[in-house]
Amino acid sequence: MIIGQIIDGIVLDHITAGRGVDIYETLRLGELDCTVAMIFNADSVKMGRKDIIKIGTPIDIDLDVLGIIDPGITVNYISNGKVAKREHISLPATIRGILKCKNPRCITTIEQGLTQEFRLCDEENKVYRCVYCETKADTSSLK
Amino acid sequence: MRSVIDIMDLSVEEIDSLTETAESIIKDPAAFSDRCRGKKLATLFYEPSTRTRLSFEAAMYELGGQVIGFSEASNSSVAKGESVADTVRVVGCYADIIAMRHPKEGAPLVASRYSSVPVINAGDGGHNHPTQTLADLLTIKREKGGFDGLTVGLCGDLKFGRTVHSLISAMSRYKNVRFVMISPSELRIPDYVKINTLDKNRIPYTEVTDLESVIGELDVLYMTRVQKERFFNEADYIRLKDSYILTSEKLAGAKADLSVMHPLPRVNEISTDVDSDPRACYFKQVLYGKYMRMALILMLLGV
Ligand SMILES: [Zn+2]
Repeated sequence: MIIGQIIDGIVLDHITAGRGVDIYETLRLGELDCTVAMIFNADSVKMGRKDIIKIGTPIDIDLDVLGIIDPGITVNYISNGKVAKREHISLPATIRGILKCKNPRCITTIEQGLTQEFRLCDEENKVYRCVYCETKADTSSLK
Repeated sequence: MRSVIDIMDLSVEEIDSLTETAESIIKDPAAFSDRCRGKKLATLFYEPSTRTRLSFEAAMYELGGQVIGFSEASNSSVAKGESVADTVRVVGCYADIIAMRHPKEGAPLVASRYSSVPVINAGDGGHNHPTQTLADLLTIKREKGGFDGLTVGLCGDLKFGRTVHSLISAMSRYKNVRFVMISPSELRIPDYVKINTLDKNRIPYTEVTDLESVIGELDVLYMTRVQKERFFNEADYIRLKDSYILTSEKLAGAKADLSVMHPLPRVNEISTDVDSDPRACYFKQVLYGKYMRMALILMLLGV
């Protein structure tokens, strides 16, 4: 199945089947005025089923956010109809500024101008902890 | 700029070197009485902790240095809303090293990221208190001659008691250590400590609810306070608070060379009749804490 070739843009491949909508919403792709194509349950040799998103313009994507939502994604940057660059996403070692520490005793609740920062402590279980107080991050808000 | 925020910021080699320095100070204090001449320690205590502050101040004075600072936030610029980052940038213009106590967890880490001088965490809420752990380690080293092959009993609030978690982390790096966790089931050691520290380093441990049944196996007994605010209701607190009190009678079943430790202050978890027992080490532990703070100041100042 072929859906309109992209000349310049981004293809997010190997999205876990069913997560495409979450990614569409988190990256706010609905706010773009270019073509955005969503493919659900595509056949995949590697994964059985997968979702794919094609974006018809080159945009900045926060790879850390993508890594937290669905670490298996491949990002293909398309230029002049060809894949110019391919990146395999993984869980970021640190997350800055996206999540908020929920420990009321944490210094981040009162110190002005301090960026929230979380470190990956357990890759298998996707556990991030606040670098300041070691409280477990609530990553569910990113889903 | 080297700071010490968490006990795990120090390698085993560095801790060994700190205990060696502390033992040299104990042997010949006069040889160190001028080492910090012309240097200033700032004690920034955003909440009162007289015991810890006096230990840091005595440590600096005994090294020939001087001390500036504040002992509570209410009469300082902090009360006017100054950030930790700004405060340490200012204090760094006056002092050569900072010891910070703060009710918010992570404040000393923030300080270390903005400070031009070394920062020592003197306690951040219930989070980290690395110099307490250094005091604990020197006490065990002095009393037992080393860490190898020890059976260490940890008694009381093992759920919220961070001094216990830090001690487990620090001791998990030595060989053949075994822990016996003695606590009410409500205050057992958290799973993440078991998984990330004990199991990961293959440290043997047992969990029991009764002190008397295991006291005879122990080389070290580390007592902690069972705090009232950790309980959801008064009835639970009253039911449990006396179950983990060390008395002379309980001590009768212990080894002759047991070392009884406590981070202090105690409320009633060690009855005063134990104080005269030669196995009581908790006041020596206070003294060792001062020597380890002296060693740490020397290390961080590079003098
Ligand atoms: Zn935090």
